[in-house]
Amino acid sequence: MVEYLIIPVIKLIVMFSVFLFIAAYTTYMERKFLGHMQMRYGPMRVGFHGLLQPIADGIKNFFKEDVIPENADKAVFVLAPAISIAAAIILLSVIPFGPPIKILGREINLYLANPSIGILFILGFSTLGSYGNILGGWSSGNKYGYMGGLRASAMIISYEISMAFAVVSIIMVTGSFSIVDMVNAQTGLWNVFKQPVAFLVFLISGVAELNRTPFDMPEAESELCCGYNVEYSSMKFALFFLAEYIHMIVFASLVATLFLGGWHGPAFVPGVVWFFLKMFAVIFLCIWVRATFPRLRYDKVMKLEWKFLLPVALLNILATGMVMAVL
Amino acid sequence: MKETDVIHVSKDRPEKGKYVKPLFRGLNFIFKNFLSKPVTLQYPTEKTQRSQRWRGLHRLEVDEKGELKCVACGLCARICPSEAITIVPYEEEGGIRYPKKFVINELRCIFCGFCQEACPKAAITLTEVYDYIDYNRTDFIFDIEKLKIPEQFKFTGK
Repeated sequence: MVEYLIIPVIKLIVMFSVFLFIAAYTTYMERKFLGHMQMRYGPMRVGFHGLLQPIADGIKNFFKEDVIPENADKAVFVLAPAISIAAAIILLSVIPFGPPIKILGREINLYLANPSIGILFILGFSTLGSYGNILGGWSSGNKYGYMGGLRASAMIISYEISMAFAVVSIIMVTGSFSIVDMVNAQTGLWNVFKQPVAFLVFLISGVAELNRTPFDMPEAESELCCGYNVEYSSMKFALFFLAEYIHMIVFASLVATLFLGGWHGPAFVPGVVWFFLKMFAVIFLCIWVRATFPRLRYDKVMKLEWKFLLPVALLNILATGMVMAVL
Repeated sequence: MKETDVIHVSKDRPEKGKYVKPLFRGLNFIFKNFLSKPVTLQYPTEKTQRSQRWRGLHRLEVDEKGELKCVACGLCARICPSEAITIVPYEEEGGIRYPKKFVINELRCIFCGFCQEACPKAAITLTEVYDYIDYNRTDFIFDIEKLKIPEQFKFTGK
């Protein structure tokens, strides 16, 4: 009873609130860091140095008028943000964010579930999240939204492949599909040193998968005026953005768990702290890249994937297999 | 097609792979920016310095006894290209002239500064106040009381 109902429910509530809080404050972090990288302050007015800005944004979004365009496909239009946010939040359930801890004599694992196919689960559901973008753009009845949706589908078709191949080399090194096993296998040496090429490929295609600058094809503000979410307003718009930031958190924690050793680190601070430090370092990297690079042209994005990342990832798998066969 | 017909848009296109180093230079530059102090100002609370010759809201100068220097000669109203100044003079028995009404329509004013130049008594000057805002058009029609202290209309965000 306690083992199968109460503890999971408590974990669920705690994880849900903590990660939604982090997602809200990632928007603040992004705006603040982006501001300072462009030598301005970012949000400063609401609270001390704008600390209450995410809350103010949330309240504002709640009270905005909810517009559904006349020639939109209404059912799909309403469904799209729900798909987006649901597929994003479900990803959090398999992220292990700390070593097992003891509370009241009970050993508690710091993850909600540890399926034996954890990494496949993440790859599958992160792609499912893009359906929210595609359907949202498609059902808006707007040509910019339609273009954004088309680009979103092109992005998942291409970048999912190199991302999965980068993960395949990690699976080969670990010998397991379970994310917890992957973290445990990195006790001595982190995967980033064993698989530096896979790390780079995963990082680049992950940023592309998140639809962030320099690969923000579906929402390209300057060419598609926000692309797939151009017709969305109020909480629907906010849900899209919440989903995007949760995807970013999941991506950052995936990089941390697959390549940067998860919760492993020098023992003077607990493993949970190490995990969140690594996660925020990757989020910072995302923001840094966003502040630096301009958006790539559409055909160059496709060229980068099909002519560079995919062959490199395949060769990396080949090399990994050869090394494993020899050793 | 002859070779001369071909227009080379970019003659010195870098070789393949030459763009990797500039990418890292860009990252380095942005990180330096991240560590340095922002160059922007928090506008209503922090403001840039105006020039001393800045032409902002008008002020009617007072002498040491606290009375208006203005003798209501009407030169400023006369020279004003946008006809923003209205003066009703008043003359006492002893020959002391002062304005009974001195009204400047700040919406008509183009802040050319001719009134300041024309004034023989240096009674009207333009201050550094440049960000007066209000809700009604009638609020921009300044009478003597408002013109005595234009500094109170500096925008502070409240």
